[in-house]
Amino acid sequence: MAERGVHDMGGEAGGPVDNHEHVPTLSERRVDALMQLMRANPRSYWVVDEMRRTIESLTPGHYNAAGYYEKWAYALRGLLIEKGVVTEAEIDAKLAEVKSRVAEQSEKC
Amino acid sequence: MSHDHDHDHDHDHHHDHDHPHDHGPFQPDIKEPTEEWEFLEIAMRELLIQKGIITAREVEDMIEEWDGKVPENGARVVARAWTDAAYKARLLADGNAGVQEMGMDLPGLKLVVLENTPKVHHMIVCTLCSCYPRTILGLPPLWYKSRAYRTRTVREPRAVLAEFGTELPDSVEVRVVDSTADCRYLVLPMRPEGTDGWSTDELARLATRDSMIGTAQALNPEGARG
Repeated sequence: MAERGVHDMGGEAGGPVDNHEHVPTLSERRVDALMQLMRANPRSYWVVDEMRRTIESLTPGHYNAAGYYEKWAYALRGLLIEKGVVTEAEIDAKLAEVKSRVAEQSEKC
Repeated sequence: MSHDHDHDHDHDHHHDHDHPHDHGPFQPDIKEPTEEWEFLEIAMRELLIQKGIITAREVEDMIEEWDGKVPENGARVVARAWTDAAYKARLLADGNAGVQEMGMDLPGLKLVVLENTPKVHHMIVCTLCSCYPRTILGLPPLWYKSRAYRTRTVREPRAVLAEFGTELPDSVEVRVVDSTADCRYLVLPMRPEGTDGWSTDELARLATRDSMIGTAQALNPEGARG
């Protein structure tokens, strides 16, 4: 039998369900919105199965440690690069710019 | 679940981190990004906007559209099924057509509505990811996506139900359905006793999100968990 993927967890052991309510944060809702905008008509850069394949291809360590929308954010990054929408270098440069901008703004507060 | 966010603060996306104290009391979740993936989200969004692939407005509109998708929409479907036998029959025969009559749809997906009875209780899970009738109930709750819920629901559903405060007699069969990317489920909970003559609006208040996932029953007439 093929080895189960990290996402294929039905029936495994698990802890108690933490059913506290959580209102999705702005960052989480933005990731959700970006993922949908890129997937839906008219852009249609990928289909839902490709999105899932990308999430399921995260390393088991990353998959298990990351929050739900954190996984989506990295899947989005992977898909944008894979589909040639943006390059890895462009994302990395922008990420560095965003971080230094936020750090500067925090100092001014 | 409350959806009281206001998006107006964010119309100028380049300055959305300038004024952390201006958001007022109704935005408890707006905070400075601190995690790497949150910075990554900002970077990807700004890059896509800069390249003209999406607009800031489209992102805001999409967020707002999804903020409007709430469990109360599913509750309207349930309340109508409780009061209109012909509608219920149509809903159970074809979930997509049934919710479409109520102005909702699941583009490209199949919807199956499962009726709870005194003999059978249904419960929804997605063991592989988080497939959920999002357009009917809104974004799934955090616990639905959790490892604990995804692993254990198919193995020990009664133990999971107990953690939600839901105890079912042994005579009730618990049926767990595993959602897929292409097929979503919605539970039609049992109509609570003591609600004869109630309007659909009143009944809808008893059909909670969890009762439509199957981790709970509908509320009783006093608004308490049944």
